[in-house]
Amino acid sequence: MTTATATIGAVPTELARGRGGGGPAPMRIVVAYGFWIFILSDMVMFSALFAAYAVLSGHTAGGPTGPELFNLHNVFIETLCLLFSSYTCGLGALSVERRHPKRFLILAALTFVLGAAFLFIEFSEFAGMISQGAGPSRSAFLSAFFTLVGTHGAHVTIGLIWLIYLVAQFVAKGFRSAVLRRLLCFSLFWHALDIVWIGVMTLVYLMGVR
Amino acid sequence: MEGEMLGKLSWAAIPFDEPLPLISAAVVAIVILVVLAIVIVKGWWPYLWREWLTSVDHKRIGVMYMLLGLIMLLRGFADAIMMRTQQAIAIGDAQGYLPPDHYDQIFSAHGTIMIFFVAMPLVIGLMNFAVPLQLGVRDVAFPVLNSVSFWLTAAGALLVNLSLVIGNFSRASWWGYPPLSELAFSPDVGVDYYLWSLQISGIGTLLAGVNFVTTILKLRAPGLIYSRMPVFCWTALATNLLIVAAFPILTATFMMLLLDRYLGMHFFTNDAGGNQMMYVNLFWAWGHPEVYILVLPCFGIFSEVVATFSGKALFGYRSMVLATLGICIISFMVWLHHFFTMGAGANVNAFFGIMSAIIAVPTGVKVFNWLFTMFRGRIVFRTPMLWLVGFIVTFVIGGLTGVLLAVPPVDFVLHNSVFQVAHFHNVIIAGVVFGVFAGYNYWFPKAFGFTLDERLGKASFWCWLIGFYLAFMPLYALGLMGMTRRLQHIAEPSWQPLLLVAELGAIVIFCGILCQIAQLYVSIRTRERRRDLTGDPWNGRTLEWATSSPPPAYNFAVLPRVETIDAFWEMKRRGLGSVEPAYETIKVPRNSPTGFIIAFLAVVTGFALIWHIWWMVIIGLLAAAVTILLSGWSDEREREIPAAELAQMERARLGLMETA
Repeated sequence: MTTATATIGAVPTELARGRGGGGPAPMRIVVAYGFWIFILSDMVMFSALFAAYAVLSGHTAGGPTGPELFNLHNVFIETLCLLFSSYTCGLGALSVERRHPKRFLILAALTFVLGAAFLFIEFSEFAGMISQGAGPSRSAFLSAFFTLVGTHGAHVTIGLIWLIYLVAQFVAKGFRSAVLRRLLCFSLFWHALDIVWIGVMTLVYLMGVR
Repeated sequence: MEGEMLGKLSWAAIPFDEPLPLISAAVVAIVILVVLAIVIVKGWWPYLWREWLTSVDHKRIGVMYMLLGLIMLLRGFADAIMMRTQQAIAIGDAQGYLPPDHYDQIFSAHGTIMIFFVAMPLVIGLMNFAVPLQLGVRDVAFPVLNSVSFWLTAAGALLVNLSLVIGNFSRASWWGYPPLSELAFSPDVGVDYYLWSLQISGIGTLLAGVNFVTTILKLRAPGLIYSRMPVFCWTALATNLLIVAAFPILTATFMMLLLDRYLGMHFFTNDAGGNQMMYVNLFWAWGHPEVYILVLPCFGIFSEVVATFSGKALFGYRSMVLATLGICIISFMVWLHHFFTMGAGANVNAFFGIMSAIIAVPTGVKVFNWLFTMFRGRIVFRTPMLWLVGFIVTFVIGGLTGVLLAVPPVDFVLHNSVFQVAHFHNVIIAGVVFGVFAGYNYWFPKAFGFTLDERLGKASFWCWLIGFYLAFMPLYALGLMGMTRRLQHIAEPSWQPLLLVAELGAIVIFCGILCQIAQLYVSIRTRERRRDLTGDPWNGRTLEWATSSPPPAYNFAVLPRVETIDAFWEMKRRGLGSVEPAYETIKVPRNSPTGFIIAFLAVVTGFALIWHIWWMVIIGLLAAAVTILLSGWSDEREREIPAAELAQMERARLGLMETA
């Protein structure tokens, strides 16, 4: 039997156009796309936690309820912090596009401060609830509350550590393509956390104080 | 002081009073030590480290997944034959040889191991090996991540096996339903072993899913548009989409149960407002898609096998793809059929019953496509083809009993009976196990460059097929007679004859396993005679057969250009190949120890969490974080092969292929 060797040559344009026939995608696309799929899986995990919260939100077992515990004033400030941090994160991405290193560093610092402020408020809310006997082991409702909101908080924490790490990479290496790809992934991640927070704010807090 | 240092761990954790697990664990430990000693004495360690443990080559990782799955199959089968033996003798006054506590651990371990550490690694292993080759590319999208995925799966498997000798395993079955799995009713480490080993391996599986979805959607050879993609790649895509959509649910569910057990929360407890049925719903919202995660790639393997060994194109390619994606979607709409008896009401049960019957339709489409592919084909009955025929006949029976169980009133009678046990073994063994063995025999020559022994392969097939029928057909009858599953002791003496037949079936399957071990041994010993230098021993149709066996690390020196479906078949038909292509410098991924190190730290951290050794948890997590940060810093993950060197390697390789 003869051995067939593959032919090579330029890809015909009708194949390259939109039907995925143009051969392997460039690395930047592959990395961002893969990370986007990962974020989707993270969203599925959050949706399971949201479902658990929806099922258990009325199961207060005689303990404190949402309207007694939630302070919408705090939640408003938290939301502003997180949404503005996404705004600065987006501006940071633009300044990377335009190769403005100083502007990027300032915006990254702002993003970090706003994210940290969000976490601080959330942490004090948790601490206050636990100190008045409304900790996660008090009732099924509180278990679901701390787990859902806490998992989001854990994501924000990881995001902040990641941001410091990426800024360090940026300072050490500059606008290198690997660094740019990682910044792109971070930015996708940070915006996705906003989407989750909008769900938390609506389902847990706004609907919870009715 | 020592007690606090080691958390809950003490000498009492070693089951000195139970000789059975202790002896088997000792044998395993001795085998591992002997293997390690041989590796060190013979000086194989550098080779092993360089070529396998740190390899990020998708083919090597695929082979390691297969090895893991086959070794764990032996463990899972040992559990199975122990249960069969207990049920065959513990009847009437006899109590058998397994006390209830031990028996409960065995059925829990059997299910857990067979699903997570046999079926999953085997299926993911075959996808790892074959998908990038079929797509005509050099590796998966994220090669280092791929290695992390594999090693995390191996870490989970190691933790499950550790439970054999240090502490105990869960007694709450492979589902781990609360409240039994809650701290109040399972206070020891068994359920923690179950939860942490599955969390660790589950993360590995999720990352593999992300990796393969990206690979299939974004990395394909030029011209390989979707409508030309081999069916195995389509089924792999569907499976990995299911992994991405379903595994996070399992992670979240286990996280909630862990929080109940570790931090005193109340997701699923009896008190303080917990809801046990929420666990059951969430578990099966993952669990039913999981069934298709396992079986869809096997449908893909059968589609490749049937076309190759019938010598004609697959019948109904488009309907095959549509059926695959249809199953992919409907698989998320049937989970409640695992617990019709929950009492969700007639309307809910009717919906899920109808959906469960509907999902049989696309599966039926596939069966007809395979049959019509064989129709008027030039069928060559090599071993993979035998597995295919055995699969079609057996799987249809399993599917039909599944449709029976999808009828809620019938399910109320048969729920938790051994009829149900017979049904899912019927579909999983015929679908997944037969499929994996077909794939193993089919792609083995591609992986190692020599074919497997046909005679022993066929003997193994017949043992498995006959053994399967002997082992599971009696369970259908026993289920209808009212025998419930998981019985450690049987009060009804009239069931014994059928249980003895089932025991005989398990022994015949064991003969099949022995034939497979012999097949591997004999094939390796006689490999010089059975070498395949053409790279295409079966007259294949898809791109993996276009390169040599085993393929070079870079798979294809020049990415093939695909112009039709069954690309390689078309290339052979046109007889291309006389002109030497212009070689260009290519990049291949560098080795990385990240996966191995992360998995080692996962075992340390998981073990510490199971035994509440908190300082070790902190050290393990910190070390893992440092590893990730260090690994994430590097930008040099690929090395170049210059065009001249590549051309030289290719000429040598192709010269060898021409002589064949």
